[in-house]
Amino acid sequence: MQKTKTYVSDTVSRLQPSGIRRFFDLAASMEGVISLGVGEPDFITPWSVREACILSLEQGYTSYTANAGLWELRKEISDYLARRFEVLYDPANEIIVTVGASQALDVSLRAILNPGDEVIVVEPSFVSYAPLVSLAGGVPIPIQTSGKHQFKLQPEQIEQVVTPKTKALIICSPNNPTGTVLNREELVQIARIVAKHDLLVISDEIYAELCYDEQYTSFPAIAHMRERTILINGFSKGFAMTGWRLGFIAAPKDLAMAMLKIHQYTMMCAPTMAQYAAIEALRNGAGDVEQMKKSYRQRRNFFVQSLNEIGLSCHMPGGAFYAFPSIQSTGMTSEQFAERLLLEEKVAVVPGYVFGASGEGYIRCSYASSLEQLQEAIRRMRRFLERL
Amino acid sequence: MKLTEKEIEIVELLEKNARLPIDTMAKMVSLSVSEVEHIIKKLEEAKVIVQYATIVDWRKVDGHEGVTAMIDVKVTPKRGVGFDEVAERIYRFPEVKSVYLMSGAYDLSVVIEGRSMSEIAHFVSEKLSTLDSVISTTTHFILKKYKHDGTVFEQGDQDRRIVVAP
Repeated sequence: MQKTKTYVSDTVSRLQPSGIRRFFDLAASMEGVISLGVGEPDFITPWSVREACILSLEQGYTSYTANAGLWELRKEISDYLARRFEVLYDPANEIIVTVGASQALDVSLRAILNPGDEVIVVEPSFVSYAPLVSLAGGVPIPIQTSGKHQFKLQPEQIEQVVTPKTKALIICSPNNPTGTVLNREELVQIARIVAKHDLLVISDEIYAELCYDEQYTSFPAIAHMRERTILINGFSKGFAMTGWRLGFIAAPKDLAMAMLKIHQYTMMCAPTMAQYAAIEALRNGAGDVEQMKKSYRQRRNFFVQSLNEIGLSCHMPGGAFYAFPSIQSTGMTSEQFAERLLLEEKVAVVPGYVFGASGEGYIRCSYASSLEQLQEAIRRMRRFLERL
Repeated sequence: MKLTEKEIEIVELLEKNARLPIDTMAKMVSLSVSEVEHIIKKLEEAKVIVQYATIVDWRKVDGHEGVTAMIDVKVTPKRGVGFDEVAERIYRFPEVKSVYLMSGAYDLSVVIEGRSMSEIAHFVSEKLSTLDSVISTTTHFILKKYKHDGTVFEQGDQDRRIVVAP
């Protein structure tokens, strides 16, 4: 018998492939491209961390760990969160080590959503949020932040979309793709609305270590928010450990235990060797993180000022390693701009629309590239703009 | 001399790359070009910035491969001047690239560069060992330089990241 139907589920059929993909294929096929499209550090993981992993392999630590992760690592994470962000979580039952912050997001959403529950996604946003909500049976409800407000979520925007079905709000500060940081007062305002509507907050704080101009505020550190927050963080960005796929969840016990059920059935545990590396990163990595942060900050200052000089207006992003300049003065869509810039000057940037409707008119440029590359990229972009 | 955070940043940037254009550096530390120029001039005058040097891999230049040796030198310090006088007598030789007073088993660590082993041997036996205060010398020839003043000679760490990632 011939197969007559698709075996792919309706949910997955409806998912759109990430807009980043098309760009990746185009850029990867060309030579001499300067890529500002990379969403990861340009540093290699600090040697002491890599060395700790090698040692663990030599000693033969290659079996599973506890579902929630190595006890030693969970204790280190608990200490780190307390020391760095003034939030307290019990390593025994409130912390889960995950396969990257991405899995942490997936587990969080699946643990909280009933079919049809709504989750507010603040756009422009990381490309995974809305699809993960859909995969978990929920309905993503986008909020469009505006360049006028440096893409900061305005609390009244939550009021405008909240319904009885709204279960949760996902926030990400510092933000990918805009680099925007929400400060304590802004988070307090958001917290007020969140409490009023009894929402859960999934706070993606993967870029927390890369906050350049002010003291970082973790969302659960805001009064009364810990009980309604799932905190997601990890090692990828701050510690330059993207390929290790290691993140973690910190949440009140009832939520953490619910998430652990999913985690244990789907993942067993995060990779053991990566967990040993992470212990070293938390114990002795602060100096490396500080060095990398300083270097990003210098490159940010250079790059953002240069973008403004060549005529692409750009707010100074407070964190992460992304600049999100406006290209509206060119009259092009972000896709046209990115495509022509790539084909004509071999500079790869990510068109803003892939991060949501409000990203249209902007491009995301990662400044996690060497200074020489950034200088050359600016030269090429200047030439491109002058020709228009 | 107390430096501000931005002044330290400028020194660190120059230490990594003395040819970094001033306007680029000014942007990186969020100062104006003239402010950065002023700071650099001040630090040069105070000899915080002593010199701008270039790290050269001479092995790649035919006929200039040369030989480098590190010599452990034991000396008798002199009353009143300690080790300073003998150190000065040693560092005045142009072939001597560095001289450090050390704690531990010997007193002075001397780095010397020459065209050949015999040239260095000649220096040790004729110039260094014959100094009055020098008690003994142990010469170590450098076979290969992997890393020098923070710079790895053969950089193998190219960008391995995929071109576009979320």
